[in-house]
Amino acid sequence: MTIHQSPETFGYEAFLAAHQRKEVLRFIACGSVDDGKSTLIGRLLHDTKQIFDDQISALQRDSRKHGTQGEEVDLALLVDGLQAEREQGITIDVAYRFFSTEKRSFIVADTPGHEQYTRNMATGASTADLAVILVDARQGLTRQTRRHALLVSMLGIKRVALAVNKMDLVGWSQTKFEEILAGFNAFTRNLGFSEIRAIPLSAKNGDNVVLPGTAATWYDGGTLLAYLEEVPIREEALAAPFRMAVQWVNRPNSEFRGYSGRIASGRVRPGDSVTIAPNGRTSTVARIYTADGDLAEAGEDQSVTIVLADQVDASRGNVIAAADRPVQVSNTLEVRLFWASESPLAPGAALLAKIGTVTTNATVTAIRTRIDPETGQPGPAEQLTANDIADVTITLDRPVAFDPYAENRETGGLILIDRETTDTAALGLVQAPRPAEPKHAAPVVAEVVAAKPEARGLLAKLRGLLGG
Amino acid sequence: MSAASSARAALTQELSQAQRHARLTHLQRLEAESIHIFRETVAETEHPVMLYSIGKDSSVLLHLALKAFAPGRLPFPLLHVDTTWKFREMIAFRDQRAKELGLDLLVHTNPDGLAKGVGPISHGSEVHTDVMKTQALRQALDKHKFDAAFGGARRDEEASRAKERIVSLRTAQHRWDPKRQRAEPWHLYNMKKKRGESLRIFPLSNWTELDIWLYIEQENIPIVPLYFAKERPVVERDGQLLMVDDERLPLEPGEAPQMRRVRFRTLGCYPLTGAFESPATTLPEIIGETLAARTSERQGRVIDKDGAGAMERKKQEGYF
Repeated sequence: MTIHQSPETFGYEAFLAAHQRKEVLRFIACGSVDDGKSTLIGRLLHDTKQIFDDQISALQRDSRKHGTQGEEVDLALLVDGLQAEREQGITIDVAYRFFSTEKRSFIVADTPGHEQYTRNMATGASTADLAVILVDARQGLTRQTRRHALLVSMLGIKRVALAVNKMDLVGWSQTKFEEILAGFNAFTRNLGFSEIRAIPLSAKNGDNVVLPGTAATWYDGGTLLAYLEEVPIREEALAAPFRMAVQWVNRPNSEFRGYSGRIASGRVRPGDSVTIAPNGRTSTVARIYTADGDLAEAGEDQSVTIVLADQVDASRGNVIAAADRPVQVSNTLEVRLFWASESPLAPGAALLAKIGTVTTNATVTAIRTRIDPETGQPGPAEQLTANDIADVTITLDRPVAFDPYAENRETGGLILIDRETTDTAALGLVQAPRPAEPKHAAPVVAEVVAAKPEARGLLAKLRGLLGG
Repeated sequence: MSAASSARAALTQELSQAQRHARLTHLQRLEAESIHIFRETVAETEHPVMLYSIGKDSSVLLHLALKAFAPGRLPFPLLHVDTTWKFREMIAFRDQRAKELGLDLLVHTNPDGLAKGVGPISHGSEVHTDVMKTQALRQALDKHKFDAAFGGARRDEEASRAKERIVSLRTAQHRWDPKRQRAEPWHLYNMKKKRGESLRIFPLSNWTELDIWLYIEQENIPIVPLYFAKERPVVERDGQLLMVDDERLPLEPGEAPQMRRVRFRTLGCYPLTGAFESPATTLPEIIGETLAARTSERQGRVIDKDGAGAMERKKQEGYF
């Protein structure tokens, strides 16, 4: 297999053309402590020739000092970049790694399996197209495996590579491998994954990671890298309607007024009818300006500046959306929350919410249910502590535009910010609005919004008690 | 053909069309992400500044910033922390670019360090970097009350940088706390901070060295000529080729500058940055060398080798 052809062998132009066509796959690697996740990523980097000679000599030096592989080079040290990690042999924080082959470029989020795993994994998963879930073949499925699978499914990941690692330590047992796969399939039956690809491998020796292993004669399913190179990317997102949150109004002179933003989803052309949420005004796209000239069409992930045909009042925080498929607008959001702060969350808590380009005051008016991180089953909750997952109701001090997260990851994700420490306290996935509540509910919500901050907390508690 | 199968065929066609249109190149995606980060920062902070170090990453950073706010002007100034030990060609390039683009360029040198004559040769790389770069940067940010500073650091450069967020919080003392990093899900950046705290913003976080070169070529971005091979006076010392840029480099007994065809992969203070022999005089040749390289980009940098974890420690102290 060829990892990288040198440009001389087939010409610079051809190389450039190939590079231009290359897609990027973003994936998250998750596993428990000691599953060998850092070793696996180190192996991917090493065997795809991303590691330079001076880094290899540094690695040999470090392996003698901090390595856990005896006399051998410890590939995990390639990714455990912080001193504390090397000393303790653990991964502290999300790291992003890059590697590429002739077919694709890859961005991998390497997330720790223990401390603050909810926050870090949710972060890594939020932009990932695929999850690599590691299992130690000796241990089989653990509570952590179930948690990781559940979490990545909640974050909207549809494809999973189940990397059954340390197969060399169970004698490449087919029975063991199939038992793990069957268990995983059973657990994830209702998690909405469209594909699960299980691969028996040894990150330490490199079998079936980049290069095929020879020990498992019963396995002919290809290497992990081969799967990463061929798995479809974001095909589900293609049908999503046009959305762009206004970041910045570009008005250099009286002749030009454009709305700058990054297209969250869908496509847009001059002449398209659009709605500006939350105020609901409509207009037509006149131009799609970029520094490289106007575009005839633009789509997801592009940063552009849209000029509208009418003098409508739009500003930062507004969402420009396809007129025939408008966004939802509300000041009350049902949210699946991943609580990350060390301080507990109680109903009535006042925070800031950032969704799209809006930052607004937010009150958690009710904690409805806590989600069991292993089974996904709802249960009662009075308050949340670090790493809890729960369904909550959040009331904002103004209406905002959103889509349910299941339909659109970019317009349905939010963060909550602690007003005192300014730290990011939670990640949230906006859910579809619940069916209309009993009649008394609506005025309460309106009052909560209008009331003074101190009254809001009380009302919220009341609402919580009433089971709102 | 049945109605169902023709509908399916139409859908397939529509999807493949959408797929064709939707496919952005990797560089287009990186560019769009960086522009988004620039705009978020300008919208959410009071007084941003762009750290301009004159190198290739700074050239790309500046190019992206200009694109982000076109047709308007750049809504923030540039700051160059001048250690007084930059290559002369770098300073000439800086001044020329500032003039051509009409940039609001601030230059700061640590006056205390200057008075004490701190330099890499007399004081060593650690002291020089600390006084003339780290402390100088803190002085300049404090003096102008900047609350956000863009930098060109990339995650692929060094192990501790791989763990850095795009938006990175610094204490009032400009320290980085790797354990108090904020989650950055989707494209949501929390830019809130307490009084005195500030942010470092890294729009090039997800770019690699190769991406930078390919983008420079694609966009025809001007860079300092030192990146291209040319006959230059060098001395060989501790396995590194040091360019004799001016009379301040003391020659050791027996050393005589030789003319060799060299270029630089990264640019810093000249006695701390090694050149290497190369025939590459064009961008395609440089890209070819980058692809074939067997050593990392920072291999020519002395600072990274001031002991294990050197970069992490310097970052905690407020080095960019």
